[in-house]
Order: sequence, then structure tokens, then C-alpha cells
Amino acid sequence: MAGFDWGSIAASLPFLMKGLSYTVQLTVIAAIGGTIWGILLALARLSGIAPLAWVAAGYVNLMRSVPLLLVIFWFYFLVPVMLQWITGAAYPPRIGADRSAYVTFILFEGAYFCEIVRAGIQSIPKGQLSAAYAIGLNYAQAMRLVVLPQALRNMLPVLLTQTIVLFQDVSLVALLNVTDLVGAASKIAQRDSRLVEMYTLVAVIYFVLSYALSLAVKALNRRIAIIR
Amino acid sequence: MPMIEIRDVSKWYGQFQVLADCTTHVDKGEVVVVCGPSGSGKSTLIKCVNALEPFQKGDVVVDGISLSARGTDLPRLRARVGMVFQHFELFPHLTVIENLCLAQRKVLGRSRPDAVGKAMHYLDRVGLASQRDKFPGQLSGGQQQRVAIARALCMDPIAMLFDEPTSALDPEMVGEVLEVMVGLAREGMTMMVVTHEMGFANNVSDRVVFMDAGRIVEDCRTAEFFGDMGARSERARQFLGKILPNRVRAEQGQSTR
Repeated sequence: MAGFDWGSIAASLPFLMKGLSYTVQLTVIAAIGGTIWGILLALARLSGIAPLAWVAAGYVNLMRSVPLLLVIFWFYFLVPVMLQWITGAAYPPRIGADRSAYVTFILFEGAYFCEIVRAGIQSIPKGQLSAAYAIGLNYAQAMRLVVLPQALRNMLPVLLTQTIVLFQDVSLVALLNVTDLVGAASKIAQRDSRLVEMYTLVAVIYFVLSYALSLAVKALNRRIAIIR
Repeated sequence: MPMIEIRDVSKWYGQFQVLADCTTHVDKGEVVVVCGPSGSGKSTLIKCVNALEPFQKGDVVVDGISLSARGTDLPRLRARVGMVFQHFELFPHLTVIENLCLAQRKVLGRSRPDAVGKAMHYLDRVGLASQRDKFPGQLSGGQQQRVAIARALCMDPIAMLFDEPTSALDPEMVGEVLEVMVGLAREGMTMMVVTHEMGFANNVSDRVVFMDAGRIVEDCRTAEFFGDMGARSERARQFLGKILPNRVRAEQGQSTR
């Protein structure tokens, strides 16, 4: 460790923090967007309307069977070409790596969140839905006011755990030359030839944040167990 | 005119027939007890009355409105018929007062003060006004069931359906729930009650419907049902013979423990 250059770490911090802030932003937006998209997919799968359930199930199974990196490349490289083909434009539209990343992660995570939410909805006793109907609520109200709040509360620890996984998966966007935390680190690493310092530092940052979050989820889990 | 009319209702789960040509009615202000061995279809029948269970044949008419007619607004109809479940089914993520106000606000469109006022009136009536900010999980079974009755009453129902309201309760809590139900009956509430509480049936109900294997076997005045055993069907005699001594035995078992 004699050659470990602490000075280069200090100098790189402002740039790395910019990368971290993008990573956090992408994680939060993908988690929120993915949850909303996941809820819609879960409702579609449980709707009892066969074509709707079938399409949602097909989508979820497809997303969950393809590696994330491939989905990222697919959206970044192929979707613009498809859009060009559909619209008949002269050039593929420029979507930009970071916008493409937002869309990709929301659509990809939606599939995982869907399965979590679906399990959550199915964990609510059927009598709750009957009781909601019995007091005059319609299906949408019963779901929104009675079933989903309970399902999401039960599923919150799993949703947050999935979000920690997402936080780490977001680093794949570095391959699109986006300046997330890993992207920022690798740019400095290559510019200053400080690969050891940069990649070690980023690993430590990831470990500290992910571990702290997982401890928070554990604590939350205990609290929820008490309320139940 | 009957408040609830059940006409030739039949229902199948696949090949298995759970209800076979059930016909009965509940008049305005009448209390009808539905009893029978487990699996006889009595819970299924009462759930057909507010369309929580679909049926394939026949019709149910509530206050002149046919359930199977096209264009019947089922949520609106259900809002007018109160239902109390075996397992209470309070909403565990809401407080007692929120449980009572939810449908008043979202279905009837009442203002918050109106809804809270109505809720407090009925909470007070079931003796639980002091529990308004508790969560259901913090209450005993008997208290939860009384809250569930109050929740149904908040909608100003034209009739109340009770689906084995005391079956999931510890024996010492049965009384407090029955007491509320007796009070409602005395005030002239139209009630259809699935229960094994033969004391309640005998003392409070006007008519008893006895079911077996998805059929209505007996449908007669309460005094007749309990009075003249000789005139009852063999199946009803067997049932009463089993259920009445059973209760005595259970009570003896309690005291020796």
C-alpha cells in the first residue's frame, strides 16, 4: 500500500460527489417510477382480464429473463433506430445516455417491483376485499384505500432491499459513458492513472452506503413486525 | 313488501352445487336467523344478498332492486346493506375512527365533521367511544366486532347481514356482541343473521331458516321451530339435538377447568 496516493483521493472528491449525486438521483427516480409501474403491472396481472394479465406477465417474464446490461444496451442503441424506422426520420432521434438510463431502469425495475407488489397484494386476506366491497367501495377504491396500503406496508422491507440492489445496478450505466459514481471514478482513474485508489474508494463508498441502508431496513422490519 | 327477497337462488362451484333453489325473504323490521350444519351453504347464501358471492341462477331483490338486473349499481346497493363478518375484517392500517369514516367519506361523500359525528354516535352506542384512536390490532375480538357493527351502522343501512358474528370470539366475549345485536333488533332493524347461537335465535328472531346441503329445509316462525320438534324435519331435529346439548357440555367443560 506504499504507493497509495491519498492526495489524489482528496482532489477527486468533488467530481466523485457529482457522480454519486447522479447515482442517487437515478436510484430514487427509478425506484419511485419502478414502484408505480410495478403496481400497475401487478394490478394488470391480478385483474382477471385475460389479455391484460397475459401481456403484463409476458412483459415481466421477458424483463426478468434478460440481463440488465443487455436491456441497457438495447434501449440505448436499438430503440433510437427503431424510432427512426417507425417515424421515418432521416436520423435516429438523439435520446442521450442519461435520459435513456432513466427510462431503462424504470421499465426494468418495474418488472421486479411488480412481482413484489403482487406477492404483497396476495398476502392480504380475501376478507379485506370483501369488507371493502361490503361498505360500498368499488374495485379501484378498495385497492387504493384498503388493499394496497396494507400490501405496500408489508412489502416495504423487500421493496427497500430491492432498491439497494438497484443502487448497485445503476453503476452499469458507466458503460454508456454516463458520469455516475463509477463513471466519475473511472474517468479520473484513467486520466490520472490512479486505478487502485479510485476503484477502492468507490467500493468503500458503495459498501458504507449499502450496508447502512440494509441496517436501516432491518430496523424498519422489526418495527413493522411490532405493529403487526 | 319484503326488504330482502331471495328467489330460487342456485350456485355451483364447478360441478359442485353449493346452493339449490333457495327461496326465502326478510320483511322490513324482521329478524331472520339462518342456521344449519357447517358446509350447508348458509354463509354463501347471506353473501349472495349483497352480491359478494355471485350466483348462477335465480335472483335476489333488495328493497325492490334486483341484483342480477343489468345496470344495477352494486357498490351503491352494498353501501345500503350493512354486513358484519365472522373475522371482523376491520382495516388494520386505519384507526377505529378512520375505519368508521372511510366509506362515509368516499362512498356517501359526507363531510369530515358529519362523518366523525356519526361515527362517534355509533361508537358510543357500542360502548367504545374511548377507543376511537386505537388500531384494530390493539382491541380484543369482542371490541373489534362491536367496531365492525358500528362501521356498518354508520352507513345508515336499510338492513344488516351478520355472517357468524360470534363464531371467532372467545366465549366470554360473545355476550357483549350479542347484546349490541339484541339492541338493534329491538329497535326494529331488519336483520339476517347466520349463527349457531340458538339462544339468540330463540329469544330475538322472528323466523328461523334451517339449511342443509345447500337447500333450505325449514323456514318457519321461531316459536314453531323451537316449539314443536315433532313437526320438524329429521335433519333439523338431528342438528338441534346435537347443538343444544353440545352447548351445555361445553359450558360444563369450562367450569371444570
